[in-house]
Amino acid sequence: MKYIIKKIGTLILTLFIISFLSFLAFQIIPGDAALSRLGTDATPEQVEALREEMGLNAPMLVRYGNWLKDFVSGDFGTSYSYNMPVSEMLAGKLPITLVLTALSFLLILAISIPLGLFTGSREGSRLDRATMMANQVLMSIPGFFLGILITAVLGLGMKLFIPGAYVSYREDFGGFLYYLIFPAIAIALPKCAMGVKMLRSSVIGQLHMDYVRTAYSKGNSQHRVMYHHILKNAMIPVLTFWALTISDIVANSIIIEQVFTIPGLGSMLIQSISNRDYPVVQAIIVMVAGLVVVINFLVDLLYTKIDPRVTIE
Amino acid sequence: MKRVQFVKTLLLVVGVTFALALGGCSGEKEDSQSSEEGNVSQKAGEPEEGGSIVVGIPQDIEDSLDPHAAVAAGTEEILFNIYEGLLKYDENGNLIDAVASAHTASDDGKTYTFTLRDGVKFHDGSTVTLDDVIYSIERSADVGVSTSAFLNVAEINKLDDKTIEVVLAEPDTEFLCYMTTAIIPASNEDPAKNAIGTGPYKFVSRSPQENIILEKNEEYWGEPAHLDQVTLKIVSDANAIVTNLKSGAIDMYCRLTTVQAAEVESVCDIYEGTMNLVQAMYLNNAVEPLNDVRVRQALAYAINEQEVLDLTSDGKGTIIGTSMIPAFEKYYLPELADAYPQDVEKAKELLAEAGYPDGFDLTITVPSNYQPHIDTAQVLVEQLKQAGVNAEIQLIEWDSWLSDVYSDRNYQATVVGVDASVLTPKALLERFNSAAGNNFVNYQNDEYDELFAKATSTTNDEEVTESYLELERLLSEDCANVYIQDMANLVALNKDFGGYEFYPIYVMDLSKLYKK
Repeated sequence: MKYIIKKIGTLILTLFIISFLSFLAFQIIPGDAALSRLGTDATPEQVEALREEMGLNAPMLVRYGNWLKDFVSGDFGTSYSYNMPVSEMLAGKLPITLVLTALSFLLILAISIPLGLFTGSREGSRLDRATMMANQVLMSIPGFFLGILITAVLGLGMKLFIPGAYVSYREDFGGFLYYLIFPAIAIALPKCAMGVKMLRSSVIGQLHMDYVRTAYSKGNSQHRVMYHHILKNAMIPVLTFWALTISDIVANSIIIEQVFTIPGLGSMLIQSISNRDYPVVQAIIVMVAGLVVVINFLVDLLYTKIDPRVTIE
Repeated sequence: MKRVQFVKTLLLVVGVTFALALGGCSGEKEDSQSSEEGNVSQKAGEPEEGGSIVVGIPQDIEDSLDPHAAVAAGTEEILFNIYEGLLKYDENGNLIDAVASAHTASDDGKTYTFTLRDGVKFHDGSTVTLDDVIYSIERSADVGVSTSAFLNVAEINKLDDKTIEVVLAEPDTEFLCYMTTAIIPASNEDPAKNAIGTGPYKFVSRSPQENIILEKNEEYWGEPAHLDQVTLKIVSDANAIVTNLKSGAIDMYCRLTTVQAAEVESVCDIYEGTMNLVQAMYLNNAVEPLNDVRVRQALAYAINEQEVLDLTSDGKGTIIGTSMIPAFEKYYLPELADAYPQDVEKAKELLAEAGYPDGFDLTITVPSNYQPHIDTAQVLVEQLKQAGVNAEIQLIEWDSWLSDVYSDRNYQATVVGVDASVLTPKALLERFNSAAGNNFVNYQNDEYDELFAKATSTTNDEEVTESYLELERLLSEDCANVYIQDMANLVALNKDFGGYEFYPIYVMDLSKLYKK
């Protein structure tokens, strides 16, 4: 319990630091939200009036304080570009990015666990060598390029889906999931390669442990030994990797969303940065950072479940 | 009131309006298109009514749905379908009556009368009244960005229940161009959220960074739209644009690169027009060594415009030599395009004369979000090298460009395209007045200022035209900027659709599109 409180404290501190840094970043980079909105036609007086209206003229710390105060009370502010509450804008986008992240992650698990166990237990076999080779290739392909390949081959070539014809989840949830499978593959494959490699070497490390011999000598089938004994132990080092993977997926999805024309958080983040729409950027960054921190926290808890010897202090 | 226009993945810009005298459509179908006319059966067929289309656009409406407050060119080209003024532009750039059914202008350029068209309805079903018209004109002066023309309005009088008279404080022969300002219902309390106009399409909904949906206005006073529904979908990634067009996820996209256009030729017809903007290497006339006319001329002699076109756009585009676009036929001087033919020796001589026998270092600042300008800059760098000028490209974000280059004028050279916010020749030339707030190149020439003042104070058309031509010659002689081209505008339209028409202004007329 004490641990959880401590962890929540760190979470809040982390978010605080991240939000402050991103706020600071906007002070350093050139550009001006008011000028951006008014364009080249505005007179200096008009720009000045809008800056005043947007509250851009207050000192940076005061503005950060105001933002923080509102944020804590649940008010994410109003978008400069859209003049609508940020929370309303993000509410429609968050599910898209969450589902894409979840799909990608499930794909990674579904592919890398069986393949990692299999290649690990048959080190040197033909399948093992073939997988290792495929891994090398996949790991070196950037996700966005894989995305372009997928749209060209699976989309335009084999016509499994229509590239760009994103279906809103509000209209047709099945169609929405189907469309997201393809970007999820583009995100997942390079990570799978990494995941297989890590699990494989972890399994190889476990194979010669005493408890494995014991398990076999008790008459367990190989399948049972692999999934019920080795997997648990082999997972511990891999778990950290998976936790990191999730933040990678979120980062990657920003680019993949562009390739597949998915109107998720990523597109919105990029657009908002170039429009200097700080309230939106702040909200997205804090949300993504929060997601990553929470997942790491859950992973820490998982360690104790998998290996009861691990206690968290 | 003009502006630098640009495709900011977001095309920031504004702009719209035109000179009465302006003529000539700027767009022509490309050759490949006409070779297809063999397929006459398809083309000659009557447009089918109904159906829907998905049009890809590079950026969302980020400023406002409020037609009086909107500034981005990308926004204006969409709002053109929703809103109309008393007058509007047709595809030849002529002002035609829209919400008004007739208009007259007095000879002194001070008094204008407009007769309201009978039975024009807003999208909410209410009928347009003179009060709505007066409200809209007054509102344009209050919230509009191009307010100066409206602030010149001294009084608006109702002559009878169908006619109003607008009296100006000072004569303005281009005033009618501003009467394209949108007529909106006085009862609409929040025009930024509820887009209610009189145009051929009604605004239905929008989803930020995703799409904007329009629907046919069944009660349109003029020729109604062919398609029932238009979805404007935001697609900004260069590669995604191509896959979307190929897969049929979008049916139309404007301003493609030649590479993109070539890739989608199998599924789309490619229409070729011009962008109606002045692409140039704009020079900061106030900084060393560019404040020396010989240095600026040397730069102009060093470059080869045709090579730029060949290398960046397969030779498409129109070479120009001053701040005027070919669409303004009456005011355009084609011969200025050849004022500085490539002559490296001469460039070196001029540099030596100016005291730079070994050349100098030049930083060309280019907004990073618009590839054609970057491509052009890359060719320029190589060409300038031959004359001993050591140029390097500095890429900056559009927002940084706006503040550093455009507002603070803290740069040496920049490659961008500048258009006229109000499509009059005046709008293109006004910025080079030494005192103009948007004179971001710091051009200064007393003769220019005097001549410009003369041109705008007279109502004699011949004098005005002659003055404008002279202003263009001055810009060319002083080599205020290294002028390059009016870029080609390639539009891809899925072969299932037809009816795309170029306008000499920055709009996308959706009402003319139809399903074959």
